[in-house]
Amino acid sequence: MINNSSSSYTNVMLRILLYIILFLFAFYYLLPLFVMITTSLKSLEEIKTGSLVSLPRELTFDAWSVAWSKACTGIKCEGLKPYFWNSIFIAIPAVMISTFIGALNGYVIAQWRFKWSNIIFALLLFGCFIPFQVILLPMARVLGILNLAGSIPGLILVHVVYGIGFTTLFFRNFYVSIPVELIKAAKIDGANFFRIFWSIFLPLSLPIIVVTVIWQFTQIWNDFLFGVSFSEAGTQPITVALNNIVNSTTGVKEYNVDMASAIIAALPTLLVYIIAGKYFIRGLTAGSVKG
Amino acid sequence: MNSVLNIRNVNKKFGKVNVLNDININLNKGEFLVLVGPSGCGKSTLLNCIAGLEKIDSGDIHIDEKNMINIEPKDRDIAMVFQSYALYPTMTVEKNITFGMKVRGLDKETQKNKLQEVVKQLQIENLLNRKPSQLSGGQRQRVAMGRALVRDPKLFLFDEPLSNLDAKLRVEMRTEIKKLHYDLNASMVYVTHDQIEAMTLATKIVVMKDGVIQQIGSPFQIYNTPANIFVADFMGSPSMNLIKATTTKNKGQYLIEINKNKKKPAILKYNCKENLPKEIIIGIRPENIIEKNSSKDKNFQAIKSDVKVIEPAGSDTFIVTDLGGSEVTARFHSESEVTLGSEIDFHFNLSKASIFDPKTGNRLN
Ligand SMILES: Nc1ncnc2c1ncn2[C@@H]1O[C@H](COP(=O)(O)OP(=O)(O)OP(=O)(O)O)[C@@H](O)[C@H]1O
Ligand SMILES: [Mg+2]
Repeated sequence: MINNSSSSYTNVMLRILLYIILFLFAFYYLLPLFVMITTSLKSLEEIKTGSLVSLPRELTFDAWSVAWSKACTGIKCEGLKPYFWNSIFIAIPAVMISTFIGALNGYVIAQWRFKWSNIIFALLLFGCFIPFQVILLPMARVLGILNLAGSIPGLILVHVVYGIGFTTLFFRNFYVSIPVELIKAAKIDGANFFRIFWSIFLPLSLPIIVVTVIWQFTQIWNDFLFGVSFSEAGTQPITVALNNIVNSTTGVKEYNVDMASAIIAALPTLLVYIIAGKYFIRGLTAGSVKG
Repeated sequence: MNSVLNIRNVNKKFGKVNVLNDININLNKGEFLVLVGPSGCGKSTLLNCIAGLEKIDSGDIHIDEKNMINIEPKDRDIAMVFQSYALYPTMTVEKNITFGMKVRGLDKETQKNKLQEVVKQLQIENLLNRKPSQLSGGQRQRVAMGRALVRDPKLFLFDEPLSNLDAKLRVEMRTEIKKLHYDLNASMVYVTHDQIEAMTLATKIVVMKDGVIQQIGSPFQIYNTPANIFVADFMGSPSMNLIKATTTKNKGQYLIEINKNKKKPAILKYNCKENLPKEIIIGIRPENIIEKNSSKDKNFQAIKSDVKVIEPAGSDTFIVTDLGGSEVTARFHSESEVTLGSEIDFHFNLSKASIFDPKTGNRLN
């Protein structure tokens, strides 16, 4: 009681300190982004003369349009555009397929325990921890046999296969917390395996679907190793193209184009996170479904 | 009488554990069978086996005189209400109730009529558009019942449907289930480990322990002539007194000797046709040990003993004393004026007593 005013004073001071620290961290993390954005909006002239952190004297979107449709990736100079679409055509089907298969796997493993279900789940988990590099050669061989080498369907297959371990894990952990009585009730109601999945389990999976989609989309969109290993001239994903733009050794280094390219390459994952991020946080924490 | 459910020699193992051991039960149309037993004795497992949700290892289950071997749960003409209600969380109350009919492809008109009929019966008309998460425990319970009722099955299965409700609601729902049973003339199998629920609802009680049936009988039989010490102890509250005693035969009559603490043993006379061993256990319910023998019934015999505890319970007062080396509870009138520590007469009605063999635990009379 006596210390009421002084303790509230300390509280306010602590709060201010906290905000200062948070602000500093935010600043620290946002600085590179700031530099990227400002640099991408400057002319090459200005970059050479001005300071790294200054605001652009005159805004120009030239670098963005060059990055999008004119920048050279090796011998071709078509910008990021075709590769952006490659990435879209790889990521969207791969995310959808791997999420769906993960949901089905998780449903079976968590709710329809069969004799080897635990062993199969352990093996799938093991798949999550296999480093990318290990599967490169066998995968190349498999793609060759399937006649999918260097093609977009081939890359989709690679990402689906590599992603199933994670997606299964996500869905299995989500479904494990759902009481088995739900399935029993549905069986008595006359629903079969797929009907139960479709009518009862999928509708309550929204949070975990969002988590899985964000995770898979980020992984697949940002993948470089599979992209560079299993693609050929027309099928490279955006990450590979970005690398080629930034690392092309001919001519002067166009930092503004590099920065614009990098931002373009990062935009979709950012967008997915902004749209679905709310559910992402919720999905990660909400383990169970309240009856 | 036609049999709705007939279970013959059913066995079931989980791994090495015998969860159901040679189960034999018959249930006729309109009967209300209650399965009771302590936690883990296999009640839910038996119910799941009847529903076809678990496979049995051996034996036969007949529902409506058809063998249920290899018949899917959906084709068994049963409905089940679960302890956790198991409502579909993303569906509204209406969808929850009609889901089964929809899956079975009943036409919309029939679905609607049945839904109306059932929600009216259960008085949940105003909840139809709510999700399960927006319902109270009692309301969820009703919806779960509704889902079972629209099936109009040959046999209802209930797995502890009231155990998640508070005491008052439980009593209300109990009455309602009983009424429902009467109105529908339905056949029901009802699992509980609440022995009061069992006594009030059942027309037939099955007492189980460790996967073995201990006794099957009417509530009256189970209460008054328990087949063994386990049943005697499990059913009834406060439970039956179990008093160690020794017998001697005297002129076609037994004399039963009960040890008293540091005093001369009490001797009671007992008539019975059976041969009793030397050592016995007398099972006698508290209401058969009373304060005064007002009716001068000659079945009552007095034993003097000290009052150890007095527990008023509203309409009655329970008096605890020491006899035969264990605590014995008697049921006195609430107006009784006995005082703690005094030595008084306890009047035993041995004609209502059960005599058990201490070695096997089985009933002897
Ligand atoms: N799927 C299972 N796998 C292995 N053991 C099981 C399984 N289900 C039940 N059991 C075991 O079988 C025994 C009987 O279980 P059950 O659920 O039938 O008991 P219960 O009588 O319904 O108990 P409660 O009153 O607690 O519900 C228990 O010992 C339990 O551990
Ligand atoms: Mg149970």
